[in-house]
Amino acid sequence: MSSILRRRFFDQIAVMFGREAKKPSEISERAQQVHVLKRATNKERLAEAAVAHEKARTVHKWRNRRWAVLIAANLMFTFSFWLDIQILEGALTASRFVGFHLIDLNSALQVMLAHKHIIVNLVIGTATVFVLWLLLGGRTFCSWVCPYHLLAEGAEELHLYLVRKKLVTDQNIDRRLRTLSWIVFAMLAIVTGYTVFESISPTGILSRALIYGPGLALLWVLALLVFEVFFSRRAWCRYACPIGLTYGVVGILSPLHVKYTLDSCFHEGDCRKVCLVPHVLDTVIKGRAVDIEIPIGPDCTRCGLCVDACPTGSLSFDVKGLSKLL
Amino acid sequence: MSEPTSPDTVNPPPSRERTRQSRRRWLRTVLLTGGVMGAALSGFLPLVYARTKRLRPPGALDEKDFLASCIKCGQCVQVCPVQAIKLADLVDGVGVGVPYIDAREQACDFSCDAVQCILACPTGALVYKKPAFLGMRKGAKLAAAPILKAKEKDAEPTLNLSERIGVARLTRPEACLAIQGKGFKGQVRGATFKGRMRYMAVDRWKPIRVSEHPYDVAECDLCVRECPVKGAISIETVFAPDGTQRKSPVVHEPCVGCGVCEMICPVEPTCIVIDAREVWNT
Repeated sequence: MSSILRRRFFDQIAVMFGREAKKPSEISERAQQVHVLKRATNKERLAEAAVAHEKARTVHKWRNRRWAVLIAANLMFTFSFWLDIQILEGALTASRFVGFHLIDLNSALQVMLAHKHIIVNLVIGTATVFVLWLLLGGRTFCSWVCPYHLLAEGAEELHLYLVRKKLVTDQNIDRRLRTLSWIVFAMLAIVTGYTVFESISPTGILSRALIYGPGLALLWVLALLVFEVFFSRRAWCRYACPIGLTYGVVGILSPLHVKYTLDSCFHEGDCRKVCLVPHVLDTVIKGRAVDIEIPIGPDCTRCGLCVDACPTGSLSFDVKGLSKLL
Repeated sequence: MSEPTSPDTVNPPPSRERTRQSRRRWLRTVLLTGGVMGAALSGFLPLVYARTKRLRPPGALDEKDFLASCIKCGQCVQVCPVQAIKLADLVDGVGVGVPYIDAREQACDFSCDAVQCILACPTGALVYKKPAFLGMRKGAKLAAAPILKAKEKDAEPTLNLSERIGVARLTRPEACLAIQGKGFKGQVRGATFKGRMRYMAVDRWKPIRVSEHPYDVAECDLCVRECPVKGAISIETVFAPDGTQRKSPVVHEPCVGCGVCEMICPVEPTCIVIDAREVWNT
């Protein structure tokens, strides 16, 4: 890794914890050449870009795949219980996949901090899930598995509709809040000895509701969705959820990520408009890419919305080392 | 080469509008923090009021440790053959998603023979044997491993359980049919009752609805008859305050607090209940 990319790697970790994405201080020579060339872009190319982006709006390849996986994963829990087929027993917080323990990292952390005692099964399940998401990209959990993510995407549609109608505006919130909430809930678990976060985690509440039937706790989830529709776009996932940060940290070293290729990019910014975490896509802004190929940072949920939105293939899924291997 | 995009130029003072915006954003952040924390801390209210003293599944740690270690996955719910275990809701605060047993509706009858819920628990919130560092309340420990009546003739008749989850108590002796010397005929709890139990005479491995198993007893002894644990309860001759002799169910030390007596009691409301998390006081 070049020193420029290494600096960006650490910058992106800081960005995940809540720092604002900044203009880069240093850009590689080859990237700089591309940037200079792009300044000479003619009108013809802009028209071409507009048409291409219009076409890309109807592409939902990755979104559909992701929704299918998310729904299938959650229904697998439900049917394992309902039909008693025992493939995936438990809920998203902890489960057994054909007998193997799987334990959600954030839930496990809460239990360990609150109970201050760790048993073997907990370690096995946590380690398995850790390795799984390390390979699959950390926050991949958020967009490909978390049931709240799917509901929030619906709320987001509604929110954006209201924004277009000029009935509401998106009120953005300081992203450092998520880091704060992670620390506060960890401290609360240690000090009080209760898994406080679990009582408000929409992921856990929804997962249990899907498996064991609905309850009053869904009112909290509803309140969050209402907040997101009328006040702040994707507020829970963007600014509050400590689960996202936990998995984000796991994804720091993940080989699976979205890769940005500077060369073909039109810099129209459609990808940033659909993105849950647009700060990871700061690199697509004209003149910001520090190299000609950039791995997108760990806060990215690998949801693929930007890959769908990109008409030129400048954003694509990439597994580090796999292209070299093949 | 990297000169053109240097951000280190002189920062102009932020405009008024910019300052206002950032102040608003700060306020919103505080608001959302307050909202989330408020919601989270409201989880403590039920604890403060300590209103809910619920019966936990067999092998549960003491309440505080139990709430700390339960990961709220419901695997115990899934393995229970009679679905005695339910998950708590919002009103239970930090206990949301935590398993409990409503014995009157569906008691744990140990028809799994092996306390499957303990086996299923991934975090050690339910345990066969408490780790040494967690203290045992006096009277919580069972004097001996409970003998399951259903397994009495097996090579290994005991249940792998070292601590009780509660103790049965006769709360309304005046209404108890046994004390009144009355019998019982028909379906206990009526035809619509959904509770299930394992009847060895019917099927060892398949619990059936209690309503499908009507009784006809000359003198009611259902709590004793259906108690799954040997020696936990019996009908004894006792002296009433006025000196007269009468029969009465009497709970003994082997009672683990499973709640079958509470479920099967044909009187409404029940005459015998489980005091959740109660210990044996001699």
